[in-house]
Amino acid sequence: MAKPPVTIPELVSQFGPTLNRIPAKGWNAEVEPDRIVKTHCCFCGQQCGIQLKVKDNRVIGFEPWEDFPFNQGRLCPKGVKRYMQDEHRDRLKAPLMRKEGAGFVPVSWDEALDKVAGEIKRIQQTYGPDSFSLLGGASLTNEKAYLMGKFARVAVKTANIDYNGRLCMVSAAAASKKIFGIDRAANPWSDIPLAKAILIAGANVAECAPITTGYLWQARENGAKVIVMDPRMTPIARNADLYIPVRPGGDIGVFNGMLHIMIERGWINREFIAQHTTGWEQVEETVRKYTPEYASKIAGVPASMIVKAAEIWGPASTSFLLHARGIEHHTKGVLNCMAGINLVVATGRIGREGCGYAMITGQGNGQGGREQGQKCDQLPGGRDIENPEHRKYIAGIWGVPEESIPHKGLSIIPIFEAIHAGKIKGLLAISSNPMVSLPNNSYIREAFEKLEFFSQIDFFMSETARYADVVLAGSLMEEDEGTTTNVEGRVIHHKKVVDPPGDARVDWKIICDIAARLGQAGKFAFDSPKEIFDELRVASKGGICDYYGITWERIDREYGVCWPCPSADHPGTPRLYEGNKFNHPDGKAHFQPVEWQPAAEEVDSEYPIVLTTGRVVSHYLSGTQTRRIGALVDQYPQPLCEMHPQLAAKLGIAEGDFVKVESRRGSVTVRASVVKTIRPDTVFVPYHWPLDRAANNMTVRAIDPISNIPEYKICAVRVSKVPAPHDAIAELEMEAGGVR
Amino acid sequence: MNGTDGLEFFIDYSRCIGCKACVQACEECDTHRGVSLIHLETIMRPDSVQTAPQVCMHCEDPICAQVCPADAIKKTPDGVVQSSLKPRCIGCSNCVLACPFGVPKYKAEINQMMKCDMCYDRTSVGKRPMCATVCPSGALTFTTRENIERTRQGMAIRDWQFGGETVRTKVNVLVPRKVQKLNVTIEQIETTSTDEYDVANLLLGD
Repeated sequence: MAKPPVTIPELVSQFGPTLNRIPAKGWNAEVEPDRIVKTHCCFCGQQCGIQLKVKDNRVIGFEPWEDFPFNQGRLCPKGVKRYMQDEHRDRLKAPLMRKEGAGFVPVSWDEALDKVAGEIKRIQQTYGPDSFSLLGGASLTNEKAYLMGKFARVAVKTANIDYNGRLCMVSAAAASKKIFGIDRAANPWSDIPLAKAILIAGANVAECAPITTGYLWQARENGAKVIVMDPRMTPIARNADLYIPVRPGGDIGVFNGMLHIMIERGWINREFIAQHTTGWEQVEETVRKYTPEYASKIAGVPASMIVKAAEIWGPASTSFLLHARGIEHHTKGVLNCMAGINLVVATGRIGREGCGYAMITGQGNGQGGREQGQKCDQLPGGRDIENPEHRKYIAGIWGVPEESIPHKGLSIIPIFEAIHAGKIKGLLAISSNPMVSLPNNSYIREAFEKLEFFSQIDFFMSETARYADVVLAGSLMEEDEGTTTNVEGRVIHHKKVVDPPGDARVDWKIICDIAARLGQAGKFAFDSPKEIFDELRVASKGGICDYYGITWERIDREYGVCWPCPSADHPGTPRLYEGNKFNHPDGKAHFQPVEWQPAAEEVDSEYPIVLTTGRVVSHYLSGTQTRRIGALVDQYPQPLCEMHPQLAAKLGIAEGDFVKVESRRGSVTVRASVVKTIRPDTVFVPYHWPLDRAANNMTVRAIDPISNIPEYKICAVRVSKVPAPHDAIAELEMEAGGVR
Repeated sequence: MNGTDGLEFFIDYSRCIGCKACVQACEECDTHRGVSLIHLETIMRPDSVQTAPQVCMHCEDPICAQVCPADAIKKTPDGVVQSSLKPRCIGCSNCVLACPFGVPKYKAEINQMMKCDMCYDRTSVGKRPMCATVCPSGALTFTTRENIERTRQGMAIRDWQFGGETVRTKVNVLVPRKVQKLNVTIEQIETTSTDEYDVANLLLGD
């Protein structure tokens, strides 16, 4: 029975989101902190160093941490105001049980955990082991991500565990693995300012990875030419040397068109290609037809822009490719990334100073969260769950028979399809808010309503937790200790800053307690996250993502250590592929020929406009945390629909009008923001809000066949002017899904 | 000798990405905690994403202090123009009207002018100002002149011409190398074209 027990407005009045505007201990500057803790921001894959000030076990403020090399004290507004999520009125402080018509009532931990374990057992006994599913998240520490993977395979014994990194960058991961055999940014960020040509494809760096901006601008000061591909003129695009307003889904036109010109003009490294790569002939054959004119039709930009891009990238002495969700959130996400990376390999500019590429991982532990075995097809160390050797090694670490480890399970979208099909009946989720983050949101809601049992571990009553039978009050990042792995593959240490409030518990303990109730106490007898990390290190040993030589002490001493780091005396690996050694068995990079293909849903006469979705600088992901921080909500209080004045004029829409943005699957009613900084054939709505303000009401439930990433960046919509809405949801505060 | 000797404040408007980290961090500064004093101007959002941060420029001969009838605005020996002194400020807003950079703001709730004091509480104990420490883009920087000259293409200048008024500021702005003095005129503001930032125009090609 997974439906909200009372109406949404009633739940909002009880659990928020409400806004915290005043720090614990007030704005008073006289309060001297007891301690200042060097740790990291919990938001986004940059994982900036920050110091939190603590008084009486409460976080009262922050101080920049200038010694941490990656950000040197720099922070974005989310980092500055992150401490305001602590001491929050909405914070869940006890386990809660759903009570129809009454809401959620506090219960004891024993009652809550017995219920969860009992339901897991009941559902699995009735419908089979795989009928109970787990969802993890890429904002979890490495320790918790590892624990979730082990919990699924050893305690719950289900194949069906996946995580919200599936919504983030898995297409980039798959592309990197296909070409180089490793899923990680190839270079440390310190290589960016050394590059003379920088290609930024589908990355709104200024808003989604603000700290990277400083690296880009420094490259320009050093003489780099910067190219930005984006349907919207983002803040970095405004000052780029070449801004290409590519149409959503047209990226392969730019990439293949550039390669075509580079071949024609001799700007490829044939010696490197001959010695260190395979598959070049097919790529050369494929891009032959991508003349500037042909490429221009696919890309939706003038051919001259593609020529200019090739003229910047082709002859450069050093170069760096950065890509993010803009090219990754597509049913051709893997193809997009491979076409971009082909440009890197064709020049041989990789594996040395100022030469390489990176995907800008978005979530807090976007990198580490995808290595420790919480993906449906993966075991710790980035190992393959279908590889007999890998299974055997991990079975040995876990002390279980190899055959007891389930095989590959369903990824996140197929999990929800299996719920609809009646094959999955129960779900336990952590660090995930599908009711905001998954596409075709009404379909997702219907899936939750079909579950026989749903439990969520959360620190706030997220939009998804409202559908739970049992909500387990877990921990914020600063209430527990552990490691994450930043955008560079650098493993860093989050310190415990304060204790969880009230009866809330650290997440790892909750998971271990459920495992114990499932009869696996012995395999989850961890006394601290450090013990989990030590097991993770051994489990990752010999894998692609080898953490064996990394210890918490080393991380603290060295400001983080980059994997692979196979032994205690190994310095770690900030830059991959030095000496042109790639990670395939033949030691070579494998070119992948890429042919453009259309999106799952292209525009037509009924739905003639492309909707593309994304983020704004003051919010993080589904907004569970940032929609509760007053200063961040003030900065961007409600989603707006960005549209070009030409489109607005055609539709009779003026700045600030209420508009309905509608696809075949759903709609939002929001205000229009009429700006010349977007393509006239495209509208943009940011996705951090729930209910009738959720951009994912419109997005299409179509996934990339290789990586299973959803197509958040393209769906077909129509837009019309509407009167101001006054229904109960519209009347909620904006942070809760209302509109003003 | 403290940790900020030899360090100066530099603004590079072209680097600004409008993220408001400076605005959020300013209100964390201990002398005015809860009140943000930096201004982040959105230039013309319908036309462009351009934004510009504005701290107090700390004029050598501060006009705000000159026009203050209550002598409430003081400059420290090291050239930092302080926020108004509470016992003296009469809330007349002369300074608000006179400042060529639009920095001082009258706070009706306390009947007092408040403005950026370059985080005097921080700089006087060897820390960098909040905004220039957190700024992710380097639009706001607190560093040595030597470091700026070594790492930036632009040139740091601090001389301004507002009509007939010449102003020299403690805070520097980065401008293209050929510029010696920033000449701000009404005519210049009116004729700024934004067509180059219209994506529809870009799609038309050369």
